[in-house]
Amino acid sequence: MTLDLIFFLILSLIALSTALGMLLSRNAVYSALFLVLNFITVAVFYLLLGAPFIAMAQVTVYAGAIMVLFLFVIMLLGAEELPKAEVLPWQKRLARGLAFVLALETTFIFLTRARPIGDVAQPDASINTVTNLRALGETLFTDYLLPFEVTSILLLVAMIGAIVLVRKEKRVH
Amino acid sequence: MVPVNYYIILSAILFTIGVVGVLTRRNALIIFMSIELMLNAANLAFVAFSSVIKSFSGQIFVFFVIAVAAAEVAVGLALIVEIFKSKRSIDVDQMSSLKG
Repeated sequence: MTLDLIFFLILSLIALSTALGMLLSRNAVYSALFLVLNFITVAVFYLLLGAPFIAMAQVTVYAGAIMVLFLFVIMLLGAEELPKAEVLPWQKRLARGLAFVLALETTFIFLTRARPIGDVAQPDASINTVTNLRALGETLFTDYLLPFEVTSILLLVAMIGAIVLVRKEKRVH
Repeated sequence: MVPVNYYIILSAILFTIGVVGVLTRRNALIIFMSIELMLNAANLAFVAFSSVIKSFSGQIFVFFVIAVAAAEVAVGLALIVEIFKSKRSIDVDQMSSLKG
């Protein structure tokens, strides 16, 4: 048991339990807070994998911006809990069975077909934030310049779309 | 050193939890959060593979996925607010009629 492995096991335990907490808690606010913890745990995984920029982006964009937006909407709508309603009795059991099959299937295919071999790179001193950022920026603005520009258009369209959707329409006729 | 297989298995389990959330919950917001969880699981696999092959492409993809997720959340939450205004509920079972 190396130190990395112990770290990994503890963190994966936290990640899995917070994901299950998100899934099982009745109150949507608790779900959102569990999901924030899950995102932060995944950010620590990114640090272990030697990707500090992605880890920081994860914390600021996911755990910061996106989940705060979720909490805003939950509290705006007052939709913490749904009233009881009749549900299809077989739906949950069927979903869990299918999900179990899916988990086995994805793991099997990943481990047999993709054949990932080797260990993940140890986060040594050579992968510090500055070199990671520089290399990431160079790749982003040379090989991936067009997708980067398309992403900016996508964000603009999403912003306009959200504004158009929630704005009050003046009916003229 | 952690074998990359462990990361892949963790990512697969997280993805499956997200799928169960989409399939079993009725609250539209929680379904949306489960989708975020699935995106996150895929991101974890991307970064793990990128760390093994020592290339930055995986991290760039995660960057794009985060941007797309932000755009998706903005539009999706606007849609949920609109649906709540017309139906007074965000139960996905209630959204079964074709005309508002």
